[in-house]
Amino acid sequence: MSTIKLTVNGKAVSVEVEDRTLLVHLLRETLNLTGTHVGCDTSQCGACVVHIDGQAVKSCTVLAGQAAGANVTTIEGISKGDELHPMQAAFRDNHGLQCGYCTPGMIMSSIDIVNRHGGKLDEETVRHELEGNICRCTGYHNIVKSVLDAAGRMKVAQAAE
Amino acid sequence: MYETTYHRPSSVDEAAALFSKGSDSKYLAGGHTLLPVMKQRLASPSDVIDLGRIKELVGIDVSGDALTIKAATTYFDILQSAEAKKTIPAIVHLTSVLGDPQVRYRGTIGGSVANNDPAADFPAAVLALGATIKTNKRTIAGDGFFKGLFSTALEDGEIITAISFPIPAKAGYSKMRHPASRFALTGVFVAQTKAGEVRVAATGASQNGVMRVPVIEAALKANWSAGALDNVTIPTDGLLADIHGSSAYRANLIKVMAQRAVAAAG
Repeated sequence: MSTIKLTVNGKAVSVEVEDRTLLVHLLRETLNLTGTHVGCDTSQCGACVVHIDGQAVKSCTVLAGQAAGANVTTIEGISKGDELHPMQAAFRDNHGLQCGYCTPGMIMSSIDIVNRHGGKLDEETVRHELEGNICRCTGYHNIVKSVLDAAGRMKVAQAAE
Repeated sequence: MYETTYHRPSSVDEAAALFSKGSDSKYLAGGHTLLPVMKQRLASPSDVIDLGRIKELVGIDVSGDALTIKAATTYFDILQSAEAKKTIPAIVHLTSVLGDPQVRYRGTIGGSVANNDPAADFPAAVLALGATIKTNKRTIAGDGFFKGLFSTALEDGEIITAISFPIPAKAGYSKMRHPASRFALTGVFVAQTKAGEVRVAATGASQNGVMRVPVIEAALKANWSAGALDNVTIPTDGLLADIHGSSAYRANLIKVMAQRAVAAAG
């Protein structure tokens, strides 16, 4: 057992977990942040994507200890109170989800994509960048639309700040 | 996953000392090979020693005629590197077609080379560019480093600290990605050194891991062009055959990927 200190969604957290604990299990089982999902558990599907120090990573393939001292953001940490993050709002408005299982990972990956590419995103880039996230319902079409829509909204939001 | 003890040393020396204390230690870099293997209970190290946060193992620099990438530098950092783009753009291209964006944030060049997966990308670059592997104990020539599937010249507990790539006159990489795993079904790295030597390495194709391809080297030495390979036949002996492709299919892929790599190298 080890004591791990990290910041999750802006709050300092100190937890005692076994050394073999994966970050996704720390989030879901110790901190009850069940928005992050386990899909394939083999780092292929992307349902477990969270941000570690601003980078989108697959939390099923990171030991909790590796995240000690880091800033972790999950799907629960991106809205401002009742106001959805622009990426969440775009997924809702463009019907970018059906069953919703992959959606938290899709949204966390998509925010990272917009952060890296800014307003220069085009459809081809979004499709290429989403290769680490698998959706079995939508056929991706509306997901891609959502990300492109959100890229515009995030640009406007940044300009306003 | 079986129980283990996690360590996060802050220096290479501390990591090596921790390794020798454990009964069955393993080094962890990006973790995207070791952790899946541990989850399947195919590995059960007593101690996991994390090299990912050791500052002296991260960085990219160019000195003289070589691009040196320290071992715990992530693929993402390589993609961002102006030095890498300027000196060996083929390495940046190789990195861009490796894994997916999330994997590229975590995976490291040292981890890929130390693991020597038979379908990994970086071993092909090391072999084709005639790179040098620097460890905490010595310097190892790339030509003698890879010893077959998941096996290298590294001794137990030895840590790769950096990989130094001589800057070539021309280089290119092309791979047929497996659509699910994104590993190389076959990938070929071609290089022409500044001294005029032609070196070609293929990954994902051989039963014995990464390999040089002498018939392609000879044809490109005579005439550096994709067309020079039109009539080359790659022997199927020792090539992989599995549900994804026969050895004849992979032999053809070696040729086609080599042609595309030459075209990319210019």
